[in-house]
Amino acid sequence: MKKLLFALATTAAVIGFSAGAYAADKAKVCFVYVGSKTDGGWTQAHDIGRLELEKALGDKIETQFLESVPEGPDAERAIERLARSGCGLIYTTSFGFMDATVKVAAKFPDVKFEHATGYKTAPNLATYNSRFYEGRYIQGQIAAKMSKKGVAGYIASFPIPEVVMGINAFVTGARSINPDFKIKVVWANTWFDPGKEADAAKALIDQGVDVLTQHTDTTAPMQVAAERGIKAFGQASDMIKAGPETQLTAIVDTWGAYYIKRTQLFLDGKWETSSSWDGLKDGILTMAPYTNMPDDVKALAEATQKKIESGELKPFTGPLKKQDGSEWLAAGVSSDDGTLLGMNFYVEGVDDKLPK
Amino acid sequence: MRIELERRADVSKLFSILSPFIALGLTLFFGGIMFMMLGKDPFSALYSFFIEPLTEVWSLHELAIKAAPLILIAVGLSVCYRSNNWNIGAEGQFIMGAIAGSILPVVFYEWQSPLVLPLMMLLGMLGGALFAGIPAFLKAHLNTNEILTSLMLVYVAQLFLDWLVRGPWRNPGGMNFPETRTFDATAVLPEMFASGRAHWGFGFAILAAILIWFMMRYTLKGFEITVLGQSQRAGRFAGFSSRKMIWFSMLLSGALAGLAGIAEVSGAIQQLRPVISPGYGFTAIIVAFLGRLNPLGIVVSGLVLALTYLGGEAVQVSLQISDKPIRVFQGLLLFFVLSCDTLIHYKIRMIWYDLNDTTGEGAR
Repeated sequence: MKKLLFALATTAAVIGFSAGAYAADKAKVCFVYVGSKTDGGWTQAHDIGRLELEKALGDKIETQFLESVPEGPDAERAIERLARSGCGLIYTTSFGFMDATVKVAAKFPDVKFEHATGYKTAPNLATYNSRFYEGRYIQGQIAAKMSKKGVAGYIASFPIPEVVMGINAFVTGARSINPDFKIKVVWANTWFDPGKEADAAKALIDQGVDVLTQHTDTTAPMQVAAERGIKAFGQASDMIKAGPETQLTAIVDTWGAYYIKRTQLFLDGKWETSSSWDGLKDGILTMAPYTNMPDDVKALAEATQKKIESGELKPFTGPLKKQDGSEWLAAGVSSDDGTLLGMNFYVEGVDDKLPK
Repeated sequence: MRIELERRADVSKLFSILSPFIALGLTLFFGGIMFMMLGKDPFSALYSFFIEPLTEVWSLHELAIKAAPLILIAVGLSVCYRSNNWNIGAEGQFIMGAIAGSILPVVFYEWQSPLVLPLMMLLGMLGGALFAGIPAFLKAHLNTNEILTSLMLVYVAQLFLDWLVRGPWRNPGGMNFPETRTFDATAVLPEMFASGRAHWGFGFAILAAILIWFMMRYTLKGFEITVLGQSQRAGRFAGFSSRKMIWFSMLLSGALAGLAGIAEVSGAIQQLRPVISPGYGFTAIIVAFLGRLNPLGIVVSGLVLALTYLGGEAVQVSLQISDKPIRVFQGLLLFFVLSCDTLIHYKIRMIWYDLNDTTGEGAR
């Protein structure tokens, strides 16, 4: 048996070598997607990044991807397959791929890995993330200006720090304009489910919110908001087509610049592990055009965006209180990144109990 | 015109054996056409799909990992289905087994001993069996429909796991993300061979298949299962209790699904997460029927189905296509296997109506 396996392995190695020799002049950069590349949200944003990368460095690299890869042991196999197929740099684009990426990275020290939104690194494994919350702070300010009732609705996915951080940023932004502003939260427990998201939107509107925002991936809430005649914010992609009269702005993920930057470093042999957490100023997220709002609100939003880009304004800066009224940040103190990345508490103004 | 399926009086032995191969041939042919229409070389596509995953040692290990839970669950289900008990909730029993087995490495993580692993496996079987006991009780004593109850309990199990990993079992050192602490080395199911990461879950699957095959073929219990499955009345005359059979088959299949769950978690994932199964419990139903409810057939069908997953990825990588055509291809394979099987047992009869026939009887 051992001999047979050995024979098979050698044959495979020989075949692998001859096949690999074809494309030896072009480096292979690979992507692992959790969803379909046409999901209209998270994965599509990554795939747009991949296409931009191909456009920019297409003469030196070729790209490859595996889509709809389930998190768990399947992910480990998918990543290992890419590593074995000659990929030099592999981006794994879902939080749930973290441990699988760590395991494969340990097995293939010569291959470089980049994992999106995780927190585990290694000499050949970097992480990257985007400061989405900066955009949510701006949305909060717009909501406070636009809402007549002072209550916004928030469709959330899962109570992980990333999402809680977004809720807190939105409330903090809103309360910087209207100190009595409140939000109501519905947990959809999904990233991608048009039916559930639409139901959540209807439930929130029935409870009297007159501005809607979402941390889920489909355009369903935007469509519901349009039908009911209230305003809403888009998520991950510009959703203006779903609500031409409805969308105020949207957080748009733009991973392309990051992919180009890191891949160039890889080609130059200067790639090193890092934990990148870029924001508006680096262009890893952008705001869709500010529409359907009066000029003064638009001017306010643009001014805030400038301040965040220049570093003059940090969204999480005291005085800020936690939901229970205890002090979180003293006046003038900004939160450190560690607290944000593990955030499991609400700030004041959230009309919801955090699921534990 | 209408079309009727008519049961064949006698089934051809030869074609029963040939059927899977005919199905495979048809799949290759039509799949090849599909790949050609996509502008890809059909031969290299089919090679990557069926052969490439078998040419490398690491990939054989992956095949074993993927097939293990499918076989283990399907073998248990075969006993259920043979006895005419329709357990559709193996997915839930898989999850509850994984949870029960994880009590030791998650809650009592400080206790590290060689006893941990065997106890985990036992707890896993117990968890799965108890969870399958609910629909068994409901059917045996209240005459409820076990298809509905076992299926609905899947969602209960999924949400229970979700609640556990976000709440009481969340890893205190995990940045608040929804997952438990990772298992200690003493709680990890070891690898079977030094050459790769296939763990003992595959060993359990093969062992279970052989034991159940032996039981079905050579023991009175096996006879009882078959008789009660084919005719409850006949079974009653033979002195067999169909109520006891409900309990036996449901608990057995639940225990095997639970063992699959804890073996998967301990061997492949090494912690609990909100989602631990890509639908093994449901895919196993297909595996059970593809294997014609024969435990040894199930080993083969489990490996074949696992191969389609691995092959699907191999094609994606080697041909640079999206996963959609791959899903179509997997669907083709199942479609042809099932339709070939159907046509061996049934023949198609076209019934033409004669338009001039005023009696309305139709020409036969």
